[in-house]
Amino acid sequence: MSVTTGTGAGAGRLVADKVGGQYWQREAETLSTGELGELQMARLRATLQLAYDNVPFYRRKLDEAGIRPDAVRCHGDVQDLPFTTKGDLRDHYPFGLFALPRTEVVRVHASSGTTGNPTVVGYSRGDLELWGDLIARTLAAGGIGPGDLLQNAYGYGLFTGGLGLHFGGERLGCTVLPISGGNTERQLKLMRDFGATALACTPSYALHLAEAARDHGYAPADLPLRVGFFGAEPWTNEVRQQIEQALGLDALDIYGLSEMGGPGVAFECLCKDGMHVNEDHYLVEIIDPHTLANVPEGEVGELVVTTLTRRAQPLIRYRTRDLCSLSYEPCACGRTFARMSKPVGRTDDMLIIRGVNVFPSQIEEVLMSIPEIEPHYQIVVDRQGYLDVVEVWIEVGEDIFGETMGQLEKFERMVQQRLYSVLNIQVKVRLKEPRTIARSEGKAVRVIDRRRKA
Amino acid sequence: MKVTQLTVFLENRSGRLAEVTDILGKAGINIRGFSTTEAAEYGILRLIVPEPEKARDLLNKEGFTTHLTEVVCVAVPDEPGGLARVLDVLAEQEISVDYMYSISLQNICFALRDIDRAVELLKGRVRLLSDEEVRKL
Repeated sequence: MSVTTGTGAGAGRLVADKVGGQYWQREAETLSTGELGELQMARLRATLQLAYDNVPFYRRKLDEAGIRPDAVRCHGDVQDLPFTTKGDLRDHYPFGLFALPRTEVVRVHASSGTTGNPTVVGYSRGDLELWGDLIARTLAAGGIGPGDLLQNAYGYGLFTGGLGLHFGGERLGCTVLPISGGNTERQLKLMRDFGATALACTPSYALHLAEAARDHGYAPADLPLRVGFFGAEPWTNEVRQQIEQALGLDALDIYGLSEMGGPGVAFECLCKDGMHVNEDHYLVEIIDPHTLANVPEGEVGELVVTTLTRRAQPLIRYRTRDLCSLSYEPCACGRTFARMSKPVGRTDDMLIIRGVNVFPSQIEEVLMSIPEIEPHYQIVVDRQGYLDVVEVWIEVGEDIFGETMGQLEKFERMVQQRLYSVLNIQVKVRLKEPRTIARSEGKAVRVIDRRRKA
Repeated sequence: MKVTQLTVFLENRSGRLAEVTDILGKAGINIRGFSTTEAAEYGILRLIVPEPEKARDLLNKEGFTTHLTEVVCVAVPDEPGGLARVLDVLAEQEISVDYMYSISLQNICFALRDIDRAVELLKGRVRLLSDEEVRKL
């Protein structure tokens, strides 16, 4: 099957890959290593120049590092470039990192704020077209195209998932049902009545839909779903199996982050063995989050991404805080793009507590500012009914133990108040005996999230 | 005439109190008086023992958090108004009492989760006092 759609320069053409899916832009998706490397370096230099000329933050950073944008020649040079962090985005809130005049920025998305300011991302018209192509590649790899109905149950709005999948689906030429999230019964009715063949939502919502389908007496055969695109939260292969069995589809993982424009950074082919990074548009590295040096291929570390083609808001060596590995082994599907593993965690695992983003590092900062508290602590998150509850466990050493209950209670209240003033949520402090908090060999397990069943 | 009291931080887990008394018992340290405070998740055990420093070291070695404090022990006349006389002296001078407890170890009152089962278990092993006997003390 071969269908041509779209008129823009980046428009694609569906061509079968080797495992039952399709390429959207076969030439780009199958570039040789040499061609890809050259393309990346040329695009990187252009991106650096754009940032240098238009974003004072990057001009200063590059000047400080003594790097001229046109002097970056090879991947080795990339390691000398400065990093960008989420903190930098917040510091330049809202539009301080835009590289284009506002007249050329046609869309703005924003992620939920953590300690105040949300993370803002801007798009030029070209950025949006490019984004559409990257999502079209994602969907095509799952084997869908014109004639398929994509039920898009990602939330529409400031969140990049909904609109990202929406325009990618339209660019690919399938029929998009912009149902957004929630209203599960209607989801199921329309899924059946309209004959949705593809589903896009978070993996947890897919599980919820599967459960609801069973409860409402839908047989898998009533729902013609073939493939699902699930992302925006980490999920395991165990969950993949559950979703696939319950909904009778191929469950594919997709990866992105709002800072990079949203979904479309990486996607699984039907091999389901790692997500192909759109390397012609994103330069990826894995670093050791402590030494900041690149790690050898295959080792787990922090994913660092540089945008190669985004113009409204280029980001250089952005530290995603996602921990994963990269594989450059050839894939059976025929794509030459490197594959990233499912993120195994985050360098800074953000918790969402009653809708508020909480970083364990924030809790640690509060605790470690109180001299009596030992460096052993644990954060325990649980759900009581519909409410998330957070406990912070700390060990009572000689310095805390003041001899009367009043002193202990006063200490508890003091810690709770300090946590509240930073996090804006009530956290229960739980005093434990010394050495009762598990010590880990290697990386400490600071967070126990009992809400996660998978 | 001050006395050193040993205080122990205890998490509210079953058997934890018994661990403390086992450690002291095996070391030949006789508990002469004690009190516990109750809280949902943890409590404080206060002990009067002959060698508080030694007892503290033993417990510290076993991972307990402890504290030594100075307290005053009073022989209160066993008659109506006996305790009141002591407290009146303190109250007159506005000396507040953080806590107080009895350290005569002859008869001890327990509040237990499963009181009926506890009675069945203890009966025959130790002498339990009847309501009447307690009233006559």
